[in-house]
Amino acid sequence: MSSEVDGNALGGDLAEIFAVDLTGAAVTCGGCKTVSAVAALLVWGPAPGLVARCPECEDVVLRLVRAPGQAWLDLRGAVSVRIPLPAPE
Amino acid sequence: MARLTWRAATVAEARWETASARTLVLDVPGWPGHLAGQHVDVRLTAPDGYQAQRSYSIASSWREGGRVELTVQRVEDGEVSSYLADVLETSQQVELRGPVGGWFVWRPASTAPVLLVAGGSGVVPLMAMIRARGDVRGRQPFRLIYSVRTPEDVLYADELRRHVRDDPGLDVHFVYTRKAPEGWREPPGRIGVATLNSHGWPPDFAPDVYVCGPTAFVETAADILVALGHDSRKIRTERFGGTA
Repeated sequence: MSSEVDGNALGGDLAEIFAVDLTGAAVTCGGCKTVSAVAALLVWGPAPGLVARCPECEDVVLRLVRAPGQAWLDLRGAVSVRIPLPAPE
Repeated sequence: MARLTWRAATVAEARWETASARTLVLDVPGWPGHLAGQHVDVRLTAPDGYQAQRSYSIASSWREGGRVELTVQRVEDGEVSSYLADVLETSQQVELRGPVGGWFVWRPASTAPVLLVAGGSGVVPLMAMIRARGDVRGRQPFRLIYSVRTPEDVLYADELRRHVRDDPGLDVHFVYTRKAPEGWREPPGRIGVATLNSHGWPPDFAPDVYVCGPTAFVETAADILVALGHDSRKIRTERFGGTA
Protein backbone atom coordinates (compact mmCIF):
# COMPACT_ATOMS: atom_id res chain seq x y z
CA MET A 1 0.00 0.00 0.00
CA SER A 2 1.41 3.39 -0.83
CA SER A 3 -0.05 6.84 -0.61
CA GLU A 4 0.08 9.44 -3.31
CA VAL A 5 1.06 12.33 -1.06
CA ASP A 6 2.48 13.10 2.34
CA GLY A 7 1.92 15.49 5.22
CA ASN A 8 3.21 18.45 3.20
CA ALA A 9 -0.22 18.34 1.53
CA LEU A 10 -1.94 18.75 4.93
CA GLY A 11 -0.28 22.14 5.37
CA GLY A 12 -3.01 24.21 3.76
CA ASP A 13 -5.90 22.70 5.70
CA LEU A 14 -3.94 22.91 8.95
CA ALA A 15 -2.96 26.51 8.23
CA GLU A 16 -6.65 27.43 8.18
CA ILE A 17 -6.85 26.17 11.76
CA PHE A 18 -3.47 26.89 13.38
CA ALA A 19 -1.52 30.12 13.56
CA VAL A 20 1.85 28.40 13.01
CA ASP A 21 2.97 26.01 10.32
CA LEU A 22 2.38 22.44 11.42
CA THR A 23 4.21 20.56 8.66
CA GLY A 24 7.45 20.91 10.63
CA ALA A 25 5.90 19.76 13.91
CA ALA A 26 7.22 16.49 15.35
CA VAL A 27 4.47 13.97 15.94
CA THR A 28 4.99 10.83 18.02
CA CYS A 29 3.09 7.80 16.72
CA GLY A 30 0.82 6.22 19.32
CA GLY A 31 1.50 2.79 17.83
CA CYS A 32 5.29 2.49 17.45
CA LYS A 33 6.38 5.75 19.14
CA THR A 34 8.38 6.81 16.07
CA VAL A 35 8.81 10.58 15.88
CA SER A 36 8.18 12.06 12.40
CA ALA A 37 7.61 15.47 10.95
CA VAL A 38 3.96 15.98 10.10
CA ALA A 39 5.21 16.57 6.52
CA ALA A 40 6.59 13.03 6.45
CA LEU A 41 3.31 11.30 7.37
CA LEU A 42 1.70 9.29 4.59
CA VAL A 43 -1.55 10.87 3.58
CA TRP A 44 -4.58 9.29 1.98
CA GLY A 45 -7.34 11.45 0.58
CA PRO A 46 -9.06 12.86 -1.15
CA ALA A 47 -10.04 16.04 0.66
CA PRO A 48 -12.28 16.81 2.53
CA GLY A 49 -11.41 13.65 4.49
CA LEU A 50 -7.69 13.10 5.01
CA VAL A 51 -6.04 10.26 6.91
CA ALA A 52 -2.35 10.54 7.86
CA ARG A 53 -0.39 7.44 8.83
CA CYS A 54 2.96 6.83 10.46
CA PRO A 55 5.66 6.30 7.78
CA GLU A 56 7.15 3.56 9.97
CA CYS A 57 4.24 1.35 11.09
CA GLU A 58 1.34 2.84 9.04
CA ASP A 59 -0.87 3.29 12.09
CA VAL A 60 -3.31 6.16 11.74
CA VAL A 61 -1.81 9.20 13.49
CA LEU A 62 -4.10 12.01 12.41
CA ARG A 63 -7.45 12.45 10.71
CA LEU A 64 -8.70 15.72 9.36
CA VAL A 65 -12.21 16.18 7.99
CA ARG A 66 -13.47 19.47 6.65
CA ALA A 67 -17.17 20.22 6.61
CA PRO A 68 -18.90 23.50 5.85
CA GLY A 69 -18.04 25.86 8.68
CA GLN A 70 -16.04 23.34 10.70
CA ALA A 71 -13.01 21.10 10.81
CA TRP A 72 -12.67 17.82 12.71
CA LEU A 73 -9.15 17.00 13.83
CA ASP A 74 -8.68 13.54 15.35
CA LEU A 75 -5.24 13.14 16.96
CA ARG A 76 -5.89 10.05 19.05
CA GLY A 77 -3.19 8.15 17.14
CA ALA A 78 -0.52 10.56 18.34
CA VAL A 79 1.18 10.51 21.72
CA SER A 80 2.23 14.13 21.33
CA VAL A 81 2.81 16.88 18.80
CA ARG A 82 5.84 19.09 19.36
CA ILE A 83 5.28 22.37 17.55
CA PRO A 84 8.22 24.66 16.77
CA LEU A 85 7.42 28.27 17.61
CA PRO A 86 9.17 31.37 16.34
CA ALA A 87 11.95 32.42 18.73
CA PRO A 88 11.00 35.36 20.96
CA GLU A 89 12.35 38.72 19.81
CA MET B 1 -1.81 36.43 12.63
CA ALA B 2 -4.39 35.91 9.91
CA ARG B 3 -5.34 32.35 9.08
CA LEU B 4 -4.80 31.23 5.54
CA THR B 5 -7.76 31.74 3.23
CA TRP B 6 -8.58 31.24 -0.42
CA ARG B 7 -7.89 34.04 -2.86
CA ALA B 8 -8.45 34.52 -6.57
CA ALA B 9 -5.48 34.11 -8.90
CA THR B 10 -5.51 35.20 -12.53
CA VAL B 11 -3.48 33.48 -15.24
CA ALA B 12 -1.20 36.19 -16.65
CA GLU B 13 0.83 33.91 -18.91
CA ALA B 14 1.22 30.23 -19.71
CA ARG B 15 4.11 28.44 -21.35
CA TRP B 16 4.82 24.84 -22.25
CA GLU B 17 7.92 23.38 -20.60
CA THR B 18 7.62 19.98 -22.31
CA ALA B 19 4.91 18.29 -24.38
CA SER B 20 3.00 17.44 -21.21
CA ALA B 21 3.92 20.11 -18.65
CA ARG B 22 2.84 23.71 -18.62
CA THR B 23 3.84 26.61 -16.40
CA LEU B 24 1.07 28.95 -15.27
CA VAL B 25 2.19 32.43 -14.30
CA LEU B 26 -0.35 33.74 -11.81
CA ASP B 27 -1.19 37.24 -10.68
CA VAL B 28 -2.26 37.03 -7.05
CA PRO B 29 -3.21 40.40 -5.58
CA GLY B 30 -1.95 40.75 -2.01
CA TRP B 31 0.37 37.76 -2.21
CA PRO B 32 2.62 37.92 0.88
CA GLY B 33 5.62 36.26 -0.80
CA HIS B 34 6.89 32.73 -0.30
CA LEU B 35 9.92 30.60 0.45
CA ALA B 36 11.49 28.18 -2.01
CA GLY B 37 9.90 24.77 -1.52
CA GLN B 38 6.53 26.01 -0.33
CA HIS B 39 3.37 25.01 -2.14
CA VAL B 40 -0.13 26.24 -2.74
CA ASP B 41 -3.47 24.51 -2.77
CA VAL B 42 -5.47 25.07 -5.95
CA ARG B 43 -9.25 24.73 -5.88
CA LEU B 44 -11.47 24.41 -8.92
CA THR B 45 -15.23 24.76 -8.78
CA ALA B 46 -17.49 23.40 -11.52
CA PRO B 47 -20.69 25.21 -12.51
CA ASP B 48 -22.70 22.62 -10.54
CA GLY B 49 -20.69 23.39 -7.38
CA TYR B 50 -18.46 20.31 -7.48
CA GLN B 51 -15.03 21.20 -6.12
CA ALA B 52 -11.64 19.58 -6.53
CA GLN B 53 -8.51 20.62 -4.65
CA ARG B 54 -4.84 19.72 -5.17
CA SER B 55 -1.46 20.86 -3.85
CA TYR B 56 1.13 22.24 -6.25
CA SER B 57 4.68 23.26 -5.49
CA ILE B 58 5.59 26.81 -6.37
CA ALA B 59 8.18 26.85 -9.15
CA SER B 60 9.22 30.48 -8.92
CA SER B 61 11.36 32.21 -6.35
CA TRP B 62 9.81 35.28 -4.81
CA ARG B 63 10.76 38.82 -5.65
CA GLU B 64 8.82 41.87 -4.52
CA GLY B 65 5.94 42.56 -6.88
CA GLY B 66 6.47 39.21 -8.55
CA ARG B 67 4.14 36.49 -9.64
CA VAL B 68 3.51 32.95 -8.58
CA GLU B 69 4.45 30.26 -11.07
CA LEU B 70 3.17 26.69 -10.97
CA THR B 71 4.37 23.98 -13.33
CA VAL B 72 1.70 21.37 -13.91
CA GLN B 73 2.55 17.95 -15.29
CA ARG B 74 -0.47 16.47 -17.05
CA VAL B 75 -1.49 13.09 -15.63
CA GLU B 76 -3.74 10.77 -17.64
CA ASP B 77 -7.24 10.88 -16.12
CA GLY B 78 -6.11 13.66 -13.77
CA GLU B 79 -9.19 15.84 -13.41
CA VAL B 80 -7.29 18.84 -12.05
CA SER B 81 -3.93 18.50 -13.78
CA SER B 82 -5.42 18.08 -17.24
CA TYR B 83 -7.60 21.15 -16.73
CA LEU B 84 -4.67 23.26 -15.54
CA ALA B 85 -2.32 21.95 -18.22
CA ASP B 86 -4.66 21.97 -21.21
CA VAL B 87 -7.82 23.98 -20.66
CA LEU B 88 -7.18 27.00 -18.47
CA GLU B 89 -6.46 30.13 -20.52
CA THR B 90 -4.82 33.47 -19.95
CA SER B 91 -6.99 35.90 -17.94
CA GLN B 92 -9.04 33.07 -16.41
CA GLN B 93 -9.06 32.53 -12.65
CA VAL B 94 -8.53 29.76 -10.14
CA GLU B 95 -8.70 29.82 -6.35
CA LEU B 96 -5.42 29.64 -4.49
CA ARG B 97 -4.53 29.09 -0.84
CA GLY B 98 -1.00 29.66 0.31
CA PRO B 99 1.87 29.84 0.72
CA VAL B 100 1.83 26.58 2.63
CA GLY B 101 4.55 24.67 4.47
CA GLY B 102 7.57 25.51 6.60
CA TRP B 103 9.38 22.17 6.58
CA PHE B 104 10.24 21.37 2.97
CA VAL B 105 11.75 24.82 2.43
CA TRP B 106 15.17 26.27 1.74
CA ARG B 107 16.12 29.66 3.15
CA PRO B 108 18.81 31.75 1.43
CA ALA B 109 20.34 32.55 4.86
CA SER B 110 21.23 28.87 5.34
CA THR B 111 24.93 28.16 4.74
CA ALA B 112 24.95 24.33 4.62
CA PRO B 113 25.71 22.50 1.38
CA VAL B 114 22.55 21.32 -0.32
CA LEU B 115 21.73 18.14 -2.20
CA LEU B 116 18.58 18.19 -4.29
CA VAL B 117 17.20 14.90 -5.60
CA ALA B 118 14.35 15.11 -8.09
CA GLY B 119 12.20 12.42 -9.64
CA GLY B 120 10.30 13.70 -12.70
CA SER B 121 8.18 16.75 -11.94
CA GLY B 122 9.47 16.56 -8.37
CA VAL B 123 12.06 18.98 -9.71
CA VAL B 124 9.58 21.87 -9.40
CA PRO B 125 10.13 22.92 -5.75
CA LEU B 126 13.86 22.20 -6.12
CA MET B 127 13.96 24.56 -9.10
CA ALA B 128 12.47 27.24 -6.85
CA MET B 129 15.45 26.67 -4.53
CA ILE B 130 17.95 26.97 -7.39
CA ARG B 131 16.21 30.15 -8.54
CA ALA B 132 16.18 31.60 -5.01
CA ARG B 133 19.90 30.90 -4.64
CA GLY B 134 20.56 32.51 -8.00
CA ASP B 135 18.56 35.62 -7.02
CA VAL B 136 20.82 36.34 -4.05
CA ARG B 137 24.02 35.15 -5.75
CA GLY B 138 24.25 32.46 -3.07
CA ARG B 139 27.53 30.65 -2.52
CA GLN B 140 26.18 27.54 -0.81
CA PRO B 141 27.42 24.40 -2.59
CA PHE B 142 24.36 23.12 -4.48
CA ARG B 143 23.91 19.86 -6.34
CA LEU B 144 20.87 18.63 -8.20
CA ILE B 145 20.47 14.99 -9.17
CA TYR B 146 17.53 14.88 -11.58
CA SER B 147 15.99 11.58 -12.58
CA VAL B 148 13.85 11.84 -15.69
CA ARG B 149 12.48 9.44 -18.31
CA THR B 150 14.00 10.94 -21.44
CA PRO B 151 15.84 14.14 -22.42
CA GLU B 152 12.54 15.47 -23.83
CA ASP B 153 10.96 15.25 -20.38
CA VAL B 154 13.47 17.55 -18.69
CA LEU B 155 11.74 20.59 -17.21
CA TYR B 156 13.55 23.95 -17.36
CA ALA B 157 16.38 22.43 -19.45
CA ASP B 158 17.65 25.73 -20.90
CA GLU B 159 17.34 27.59 -17.64
CA LEU B 160 19.18 24.85 -15.75
CA ARG B 161 22.04 25.13 -18.24
CA ARG B 162 22.14 28.90 -17.67
CA HIS B 163 22.19 28.50 -13.90
CA VAL B 164 25.03 25.97 -14.09
CA ARG B 165 26.96 28.42 -16.29
CA ASP B 166 26.25 31.56 -14.26
CA ASP B 167 25.81 30.40 -10.65
CA PRO B 168 29.14 29.36 -9.12
CA GLY B 169 28.96 26.24 -6.99
CA LEU B 170 25.92 24.70 -8.65
CA ASP B 171 26.03 21.47 -10.61
CA VAL B 172 23.42 19.21 -12.11
CA HIS B 173 23.56 15.50 -12.86
CA PHE B 174 20.87 13.80 -14.94
CA VAL B 175 19.73 10.21 -14.53
CA TYR B 176 17.72 8.96 -17.51
CA THR B 177 15.38 6.10 -16.75
CA ARG B 178 14.05 5.19 -20.23
CA LYS B 179 16.15 6.85 -22.91
CA ALA B 180 19.46 8.67 -22.60
CA PRO B 181 20.93 11.14 -25.10
CA GLU B 182 23.33 9.84 -27.77
CA GLY B 183 26.69 8.97 -26.28
CA TRP B 184 25.54 9.29 -22.66
CA ARG B 185 27.99 7.59 -20.31
CA GLU B 186 25.58 5.27 -18.55
CA PRO B 187 22.68 3.15 -19.82
CA PRO B 188 19.14 4.24 -18.87
CA GLY B 189 18.12 3.03 -15.43
CA ARG B 190 16.68 3.98 -12.11
CA ILE B 191 18.53 6.00 -9.53
CA GLY B 192 20.79 3.80 -7.39
CA VAL B 193 23.49 3.69 -4.77
CA ALA B 194 26.31 4.43 -7.23
CA THR B 195 24.68 7.61 -8.54
CA LEU B 196 23.85 9.06 -5.12
CA ASN B 197 27.29 8.08 -3.85
CA SER B 198 29.21 9.55 -6.80
CA HIS B 199 27.13 12.64 -7.48
CA GLY B 200 25.72 13.53 -4.07
CA TRP B 201 27.73 15.16 -1.29
CA PRO B 202 29.58 12.87 1.11
CA PRO B 203 27.72 12.43 4.43
CA ASP B 204 30.70 14.13 6.18
CA PHE B 205 29.67 17.41 4.55
CA ALA B 206 26.36 17.14 6.44
CA PRO B 207 24.33 18.55 3.55
CA ASP B 208 20.70 19.51 3.83
CA VAL B 209 18.96 17.06 1.51
CA TYR B 210 15.67 17.64 -0.28
CA VAL B 211 14.08 14.73 -2.13
CA CYS B 212 10.92 15.23 -4.18
CA GLY B 213 9.14 12.89 -6.56
CA PRO B 214 6.66 10.03 -6.69
CA THR B 215 6.40 7.92 -3.52
CA ALA B 216 8.49 4.97 -4.73
CA PHE B 217 11.26 7.28 -5.94
CA VAL B 218 11.33 9.25 -2.69
CA GLU B 219 11.47 6.09 -0.58
CA THR B 220 14.24 4.55 -2.67
CA ALA B 221 16.36 7.69 -2.67
CA ALA B 222 15.87 8.38 1.05
CA ASP B 223 16.71 4.77 1.98
CA ILE B 224 19.91 4.88 -0.07
CA LEU B 225 20.96 8.21 1.45
CA VAL B 226 20.47 6.87 4.98
CA ALA B 227 22.39 3.70 4.08
CA LEU B 228 25.24 5.88 2.75
CA GLY B 229 25.44 7.51 6.16
CA HIS B 230 23.37 10.68 5.82
CA ASP B 231 21.57 11.80 8.95
CA SER B 232 17.88 11.05 8.41
CA ARG B 233 17.00 14.28 10.24
CA LYS B 234 18.69 16.25 7.47
CA ILE B 235 16.73 14.51 4.72
CA ARG B 236 13.50 16.27 3.87
CA THR B 237 11.09 14.55 1.55
CA GLU B 238 8.04 15.46 -0.44
CA ARG B 239 5.94 12.90 -2.24
CA PHE B 240 4.30 15.07 -4.77
CA GLY B 241 0.65 15.71 -4.52
CA GLY B 242 -1.52 17.46 -6.97
CA THR B 243 -0.67 15.04 -9.71
CA ALA B 244 -4.18 13.92 -10.54
